[in-house]
Amino acid sequence: MQLSPDETVFWQYGFFKLNATIAFTWGLMLMLAVGSKLITRKLSTELQRSRWQNLLEIIVTGIETQIEEVGIHHPRQYLGFLGTLFLFVASASLCTVIPGYEPPTSSLSTTTALALSVWVAVPLFGIEEQGLGGYLKSYVEPTVIMLPFNIISELSRTLALAVRLFGNMMSGAMIIGILITITPFIFPLVMMALGLLTGMVQAYIFFILATVYIAAATRTSEPKPAAKT
Amino acid sequence: MLIDWFTVAAQALNFLILVWLLKRFLYQPILQAIDGREQRIVNELADAGTKKAEAQKDRDDFQHKNELFDQQRASLLSKATDEAKAERQRLLAEARQAADALSAKRQDTLRNDAKNLNQAISRQIQQEVFAITRKALMDLATTSLEERLAEVFIRRLREMDVQAKECLAEALKTASSPALMRSAFDLPVEQRTAIQQTLNEIFPTDPSTPHGTSIPVRFETAPDLVCGIELTTNGQKVAWSIADYLASLQKGVDELLQDNDKGESKPSSEPKLQVKPETKPEVPQPEAHSQ
Repeated sequence: MQLSPDETVFWQYGFFKLNATIAFTWGLMLMLAVGSKLITRKLSTELQRSRWQNLLEIIVTGIETQIEEVGIHHPRQYLGFLGTLFLFVASASLCTVIPGYEPPTSSLSTTTALALSVWVAVPLFGIEEQGLGGYLKSYVEPTVIMLPFNIISELSRTLALAVRLFGNMMSGAMIIGILITITPFIFPLVMMALGLLTGMVQAYIFFILATVYIAAATRTSEPKPAAKT
Repeated sequence: MLIDWFTVAAQALNFLILVWLLKRFLYQPILQAIDGREQRIVNELADAGTKKAEAQKDRDDFQHKNELFDQQRASLLSKATDEAKAERQRLLAEARQAADALSAKRQDTLRNDAKNLNQAISRQIQQEVFAITRKALMDLATTSLEERLAEVFIRRLREMDVQAKECLAEALKTASSPALMRSAFDLPVEQRTAIQQTLNEIFPTDPSTPHGTSIPVRFETAPDLVCGIELTTNGQKVAWSIADYLASLQKGVDELLQDNDKGESKPSSEPKLQVKPETKPEVPQPEAHSQ
């Protein structure tokens, strides 16, 4: 029994290899890119529009609203990064309904890569927003004593992001695999439905946490917008 | 080892590529479409606002014009009413004047008619009187009107008072020309002779005069004498004529007509209302048929 799709290697040449994680990721990328391209090929600015366009508009504006609600004043600046995080994780878990598919997010390598991306992106966005001094200053606030704790927090939350997502996705796939060997009918379907739900929840958690980190890093002296109910 | 570092690197790269791809194919087009639509809606709302403002302005203008028009109409109407009233007064006055003039003219015409009628009546009466008298005299006696005239004249001569007789005698005596005996018609010879005799008898003349005892008389016919006969000599005149009677008749008729005219022109004052006592409505009684 394999814990990660990394272990399924299709092709290898020294350090380079093509495993199931990368292959499924490419498949997801292809699906998302081509689907978007097809739908956005003929967008309408009229009041009448296609249902696919409506779907995409709901998704995009929903993500934008979520980012804004967390406290980021210019959500469109971070929409590309945060929205892609959510869409990738969500589509990776939704595609578990396809037989033979293994979500790339059940590989610790993928979740680590995503967590590292967040870990790198947060200081970049922070420096972009507040300047290098302003960002570094946030590590010694409210006092210098907090500096090591802040650094530890930075590292630990990245690790937590990676492991949380991996654990949930891997366990979901694992549970289904085990159940299929024990009770091949009906029950695995229920667990699959539950897996879809937990997948969506995990995607949302991953996305919201990354947003909160970025919001914390980019917080300036701007007045807080009125809290939304 | 669960983490394959090559896979981590590849997935990080894949993720970055996916970010770029979705930005390129998903977020930008969708956001642009949304922005376009929002812009369009904003434009339409602004346009609608402008149109609404314009419509409000037009409406205000229209109301203002309407009020102005109402005021003008009211003023024109009142002006026209006043003019019509004035015109009515003028026309009424004209009509009254015309009616007065017509009435006066009519009264003149009536007066003239009455006058003409009077004249006609008097002429007619005159002729009728002649005719009746003539006929009556013819019927009553054998004498003709001429004879009666002569007789009447002779009787008058005889019945003259003394003073008048003396005056006439004096005149006849001193007359250089014959006395003129005028009558409405030719006097027959008998009457002439009778008159001559009567004159000779009443006014005895001096037989030494060239004429002897006979008074010279010249007989003449004068149709203007209305059924009369007169003797003129040296400024003295003895006459009898029916004209006197006719004159008095004329006077009487004129007085009568004038009375009538006054009666016409002065109608009695307003007709008096006759107040009658209210009578109870009669209840139709069934007729009792007496057998």
